[in-house]
Amino acid sequence: MVGVVRWPVDRPGSFLLLAGMAWLAAYLTLIPLSEWLVGVLPVARDGRLGAALYFFLYDTPKVLLLLTGVVMAMGMVNSYFTPERTRAFLVAKHEGVGNVLAAALGVVTPFCSCSAVPLFIGFVQAGVPLGVTFSFLIAAPMVNEVALTLLFGLFGWKVATLYLGLGLSVAIVSGWVIGRLRLEAYLEDWVRDLPRVSVATAGDTLTLAERVQAGLAAVREIVGRVWPYILVGIAIGAAIHGYVPEDFMAGLMGKEAWWSVPVSVLIGIPMYTNAAGIIPIVEALLSKGAALGTVLAFMMSVIALSLPEMVILRKVLKPTLIAVFVAVVGSGILLVGYVFNAVL
Amino acid sequence: MAKEVKVLGAGCAKCRATLQLVEEVARQKGVEIQLEKVETIQDIARYGILSTPGVVIDGQVVHAGGVPSRSKVEGWF
Repeated sequence: MVGVVRWPVDRPGSFLLLAGMAWLAAYLTLIPLSEWLVGVLPVARDGRLGAALYFFLYDTPKVLLLLTGVVMAMGMVNSYFTPERTRAFLVAKHEGVGNVLAAALGVVTPFCSCSAVPLFIGFVQAGVPLGVTFSFLIAAPMVNEVALTLLFGLFGWKVATLYLGLGLSVAIVSGWVIGRLRLEAYLEDWVRDLPRVSVATAGDTLTLAERVQAGLAAVREIVGRVWPYILVGIAIGAAIHGYVPEDFMAGLMGKEAWWSVPVSVLIGIPMYTNAAGIIPIVEALLSKGAALGTVLAFMMSVIALSLPEMVILRKVLKPTLIAVFVAVVGSGILLVGYVFNAVL
Repeated sequence: MAKEVKVLGAGCAKCRATLQLVEEVARQKGVEIQLEKVETIQDIARYGILSTPGVVIDGQVVHAGGVPSRSKVEGWF
């Protein structure tokens, strides 16, 4: 047993190769396997229960498998981008370029929502411009590997790429606007009064074995945390697939209903769930006639604008700045929703 | 002299896990420590860490971001 546990550490190269092959083999056998499973069940494949079951049995293992692979890879990539390194990199950057870089780094720098405040303070304290800091803080939770993997698994690469592009754009533009508005006065006083720190990055280089360990730790932590959400989300999605009539959503979240975009954004704010739970439901809504722009706006609002996060940020931001933050990001998301509905 | 150990973090699950791990390892190694939780943002900010949980031993930041590995904790005592 000890030998098995030590193996990824002792021979990281061969571990990665074999794990990758095993992963690919499992992924390729999925479709025939779930077809067969639904086939042996005593329900009609094209009936309501059959449709729901197929959705559940096929999508659950596919999404979990994709997620495990991507989280493992991202866990290793993340080990190159520590928050400390990202900060040191952003300190010398001007607005504009800085906003773009901050949003991009927000995607690859490991970030846990409970660290939002220390991170915010640390950035501002080191002299990273406020708007650039916001670009990072908006992109980091919204454009993450879990959301992108689920979008890819359930909608395909086009929607995943669109989400990536639009999420980054909202983060870049919102951060830039907040920076232009010169809102430094609306930081809580004690934050402004903190002594400036100079940043030095410790040049710690990790070995491949340590990066593999970081990847495995990410799988344990992230997949271990989100799988119940995914199961529940896919189960609800499956029920919608099987039992909600076609075009049911067309009137509520369809293109014709202009008010559906702002309503979706508003409903999304108090909802607090992660991408894992919301995306399977969203996919099912889409198949029932909801418009893609409305649905994407809803999703971004749920992930990027959350009430608990605002409560945490209140400790460092005055209410005016929080209101500006919500208004700017909310408008960006609204725009995304309308543009999508108009174009597609 | 007991080592003065502080765990920085605003009460998330990982912070509690870190606290527990530090306590456990110190007990196993028979090292006397004085453990303290630092939970207010103002106090955490003073140590200049970017991600929580963080660990401070005798005034020195020895760890930041995520639950430290057991071997790392063992190295401190």
